[in-house]
Amino acid sequence: MDSVTKRYPDGTVAVDRLSLEIPDRSITVLVGPSGCGKTTTLRMINRMVEPSEGTILVDGVDIQKQPVNTLRRSMGYVIQNAGLFQHRTIADNIATVPRLLGWSKQKARARAEELMERVGLDASLAKRYPYQLSGGQQQRVGVARALAADPPVLLMDEPFSAVDPVVRKGLQEELLRIQGELGKTIIFVTHDIDEAIRLGTKVAVMRTGGHLAQFAEPAELLSDPADAFVEDFLGEGRGIRRLSFFPSEGLDLLTDPVVAVDATAEQIAARGASGAPYLLVTDGDGKPLGWSEPGSLPGAAPEELLAYGRPFVAGQDSLRVALDCAVLSPTGWAVAVDGTGKVVGVVSQETIGEAIRGAHAAGRTAEATGRQDDSTGRPEDSTGRKADVAG
Amino acid sequence: MSGFFDIPSDLQASYVELIGLHLREALLPVLAGLLLALPIAQLCVRLRWLYPPVLWVTTVIYAIPSLAFFVVLIDYTGQTELTVMIPLTLYSLVVLVPAIVDAVRSVPQETLAAATAMGFGPVRRYVQVQLPIAVPAIVAGLRVATVSSISLVSVGTLIGNQGALGNLLADAMFYHRPELAVTSVVTTAVLAILVDALLVLVRVLLTPWMPRRSHTKPKAGQPDPAALALEDTAR
Repeated sequence: MDSVTKRYPDGTVAVDRLSLEIPDRSITVLVGPSGCGKTTTLRMINRMVEPSEGTILVDGVDIQKQPVNTLRRSMGYVIQNAGLFQHRTIADNIATVPRLLGWSKQKARARAEELMERVGLDASLAKRYPYQLSGGQQQRVGVARALAADPPVLLMDEPFSAVDPVVRKGLQEELLRIQGELGKTIIFVTHDIDEAIRLGTKVAVMRTGGHLAQFAEPAELLSDPADAFVEDFLGEGRGIRRLSFFPSEGLDLLTDPVVAVDATAEQIAARGASGAPYLLVTDGDGKPLGWSEPGSLPGAAPEELLAYGRPFVAGQDSLRVALDCAVLSPTGWAVAVDGTGKVVGVVSQETIGEAIRGAHAAGRTAEATGRQDDSTGRPEDSTGRKADVAG
Repeated sequence: MSGFFDIPSDLQASYVELIGLHLREALLPVLAGLLLALPIAQLCVRLRWLYPPVLWVTTVIYAIPSLAFFVVLIDYTGQTELTVMIPLTLYSLVVLVPAIVDAVRSVPQETLAAATAMGFGPVRRYVQVQLPIAVPAIVAGLRVATVSSISLVSVGTLIGNQGALGNLLADAMFYHRPELAVTSVVTTAVLAILVDALLVLVRVLLTPWMPRRSHTKPKAGQPDPAALALEDTAR
């Protein structure tokens, strides 16, 4: 939907010949250190900053060709600290753009109530003023206000950077949920690479001076950073973090080393025959209690059992979580449970390692086939990619 | 005791009429000053370079003695209320212009950016966002200007019967009736206190969105912009 080429001299160059094709109905994250021009880029899209060169098209239409306020009202905008109108109630804040568009009071009010529910705000807050809300709640109002006129495009400028990490995580999850329901085209600016990887369908890493360093999906960013700058910006643990994009679905779960707490000696002997050095003891409901050596069963007291760390939800959690559980566990085995917390099997670090290698191989195959048709926005990534294939 | 309210006949007005005249001569200039100060302040906000010279001019005007104004004005407006009210209007600018400039400037940047991004034009943004948020600080300026204007009305005595309650001071000397001076001073003070209280009430009614209890600190991380605005004005 977007074909953007623009340059912005401001004494200095803030954004330098940036070309981006922003995919429809997905979250595109602009990320980079301060002064990389990411906010300027965002503000050019709703013409709060006018590009000095180049054109921006939305749905094939040049944004310069429509009245500026019409353009802005068709794009939701969420800002750091929410930027709420402190002199208006929460409902009035949310109803701002509908009112500007000439909706009736009742219709705008009904819309505000609907949106408060959508972003997880209690209806009793409608008549309150912003100062009466917590930072997280204010940010939710900010999102609701941006969504009020149902704009196809949502611009978000570091919206969650001023709230504490716990609240931020909640807001991120909420955003992903809302996006799942509404399918907006979201352009999200942040300086937090983890937030970018978490939220972005595609991530544009920008470098000081307004250059695009890399534009890719998060998993690809982690596996094939285009250059030293991107690699450095991504920080430590790229390999581990990339595992977040691999599902734990295909893991080979073993059920043999799992015994109930009231199992008989024969049952234990049979389980132990599988050769596993440890057996996982479960309670009557099938929930994990702890690990034990086969020799000390039956009749091991609960406090003699080895802690199992924490379980992962099979199929739902990623390989990263599974590996984390295995590393946390003193036996080196991770416990897989279903949605209700019942044990469905156990898996060793070695098996997870195999699954990771398998996922890499599958990724390379997919990449090789997909390479011909997606050359946009990544002019410099061939070297990094080759190195990976060779290794 | 009736001597306190026994107004000498040369003033050609009753006690209550003097109060009415006093309020009119004090409040109309502040209102006119506000109407002048709003556009001047907005120009100063838009064109930053304009603010220092404007501030300089208002200060210089404030330094001109009222007698000098009267000497010039009396040829045009005669011994009328208007001759008193014109200098009072100009005097009020020294308080109102900086109060409004600081008030409008203190509106948080992100609030303004959000308004622009939502498609507010400059005029609508000023009227619907900046001005309402600036109300507490503007009222703070109005309070100072009003109280000062109420006390300044007395200078109207210099051009005859236009000093309202201030004329009682002159008469107190003239007729050797000190109780008239007491009436003048006490009534003026009470008027100032009452009008000031009224302005506070107006502010409270206009800003239901401000935290009520002054003790409760606004939530961490978000300083109360109104309080900041007031601080700015105080400075």
